[in-house]
Amino acid sequence: MPSLTPAQVRAVAKLARLNLTDAEVEKFATELTSILQYVDMLQEVDTTGVEATAQVTGLTNAFRDDEIAVHPHAKPDDLLATSPLPIVEHQIVTPSAHD
Amino acid sequence: MLSAFTISQAHEALKSKKCSSEELVRACIGRVEAVDGTLNALVFKNFDAAVAKAKEVDKDGRFDLPLRGIPFLTKDVYCEEGVPTTACSNVLRHKEYRPPFDSTTIRRLKAQGAISIGKTNTDEFTMGASTETSCYGVTRNPWDTSRVAGGSSGGSAAGVAADECIFALGTDTGGSIRQPAGFCGVAGLRTTYGRTSRYGVMSMASSLDTIGPICKSIEDLAIVLQAIAGKDPLDGTTSAVPVPDYRAALTGDVKGLRIGLPKEYFIDGMNAEVEGAVRTAATVLEHLGATVTDISLPHTKYATPTYYILCPSEVSSNMARYDGVRYGHTVEKPKNLLDYYQRVRSEGFGPEVKRRIMIGTYALSAGYADAYYRQAQKVRTLIKRDFDEAFQEVDIILSPVSPTPAFTVGAHTDDPVAMYLEDVFLDGQVMAGIPALSVPCGFSKENLPIGLQIMGRQWDEGTILRAAYAYEQATEWHTRKPALG
Repeated sequence: MPSLTPAQVRAVAKLARLNLTDAEVEKFATELTSILQYVDMLQEVDTTGVEATAQVTGLTNAFRDDEIAVHPHAKPDDLLATSPLPIVEHQIVTPSAHD
Repeated sequence: MLSAFTISQAHEALKSKKCSSEELVRACIGRVEAVDGTLNALVFKNFDAAVAKAKEVDKDGRFDLPLRGIPFLTKDVYCEEGVPTTACSNVLRHKEYRPPFDSTTIRRLKAQGAISIGKTNTDEFTMGASTETSCYGVTRNPWDTSRVAGGSSGGSAAGVAADECIFALGTDTGGSIRQPAGFCGVAGLRTTYGRTSRYGVMSMASSLDTIGPICKSIEDLAIVLQAIAGKDPLDGTTSAVPVPDYRAALTGDVKGLRIGLPKEYFIDGMNAEVEGAVRTAATVLEHLGATVTDISLPHTKYATPTYYILCPSEVSSNMARYDGVRYGHTVEKPKNLLDYYQRVRSEGFGPEVKRRIMIGTYALSAGYADAYYRQAQKVRTLIKRDFDEAFQEVDIILSPVSPTPAFTVGAHTDDPVAMYLEDVFLDGQVMAGIPALSVPCGFSKENLPIGLQIMGRQWDEGTILRAAYAYEQATEWHTRKPALG
């Protein structure tokens, strides 16, 4: 049966951009293991030759004309205004990627 | 009590000038003030704007469209221009996100003259079956306030059941309309995937999410569906399949309709009252001229585990946008961008969202994606095939909505898998992309509602509405009201 160790939980949390406290790591290791063990029953299903389903109604591509589209219901400045970060020249100023 | 009206009753009253839209809106407001301190169905009250809008509608005086002047509530994941929309998550609540645009569904309802009166409680980003993961706390069941209203659209279902509105909107990814509707004794419709637009509704699992109504009658489901269904250029997954006249389907006639009862949905040890109510409902339809046969959907037991791979995988991708840049929670003095992302997300998301993000990240990671995600997508194909084959023999399929009536608050909080099993009858339809609705079919000895699930073929909402309407007209369950306030 699959299980997640505390070290694996820390590795996954890092990939997911989450900080976890030591207590959270312990708790999630137990809970995520119980979830993985529950879903493990899928391994018993023979899916040889079965196609994967990603889109269930048979839709393939949805095309539109290649035109520069202005959002019909919201202005760019209104969309920017919801940011909690400073706006300079219509751009959001994020923290630096470097220390 | 005006707020107890169905849409069609309210429309008649407005048209014949027996009441005004303002009176209707004020009646709903009065009801919220009387009962919502106990229920906690609403997370934002937009009452002043609603009254102003109702006055405009009354002044105009035309009540030609069925939703004109009708007050409704919306689950807190639908973007509504200028109205706080938080998904009941601290990641959006802390900076109170107010979208500068309407979701397509809200826009279509407003265009009809329907009046939005507030936002309803949901599990955080719709992840849950009880509203207990909401940052605003649990919504209580109007039939027994020690119990949950269900989830994730628990606020919408409780609001409809308690007459805090005339109708409400919900979303259904893995049962989040049908289960709370069942727990609260009202009608709820999950549409065919792509029948209604997801544009402007915060995504949980994009290949599974659907949006739909929760109402006091089957006719009302048809009215709301008519107003919101159809292709939307802003949602590429909506379909150009023509939208039929759903009310025309409500003939009351089910003669010759072929009904299937899947043996996998009637399992050993299931709640006897639930099983009895659903089997009796099948008999009622049989007496009305339908035929009932036993069928098999062999991959049923794999639907919920499949859901709990595919859904978290898509969650891990969809939740990436909540990084404190374009909206939502922020933190002071980050060391760098990575530190900023991590602190915003760790402070903003609750435990169930973190669990799903991590399960999804794991299931999609190199070395595990084939064993988990790809395998689940293949099992999804097998589940869909079961339904395709069944619908060669039958026109609709009946089952319970939930294994038991509403559970008590706190019953599953320490056991995520037990909470996931609440979806056990509700995930197969999701995998197959088919429509399914919940209609009241009885009450337990403890006076808790029991829900009947009716499933149909893709795009065939008309037939499940027809069957549900005939059943509803032959029974009285939908007329019962909780003794509240």
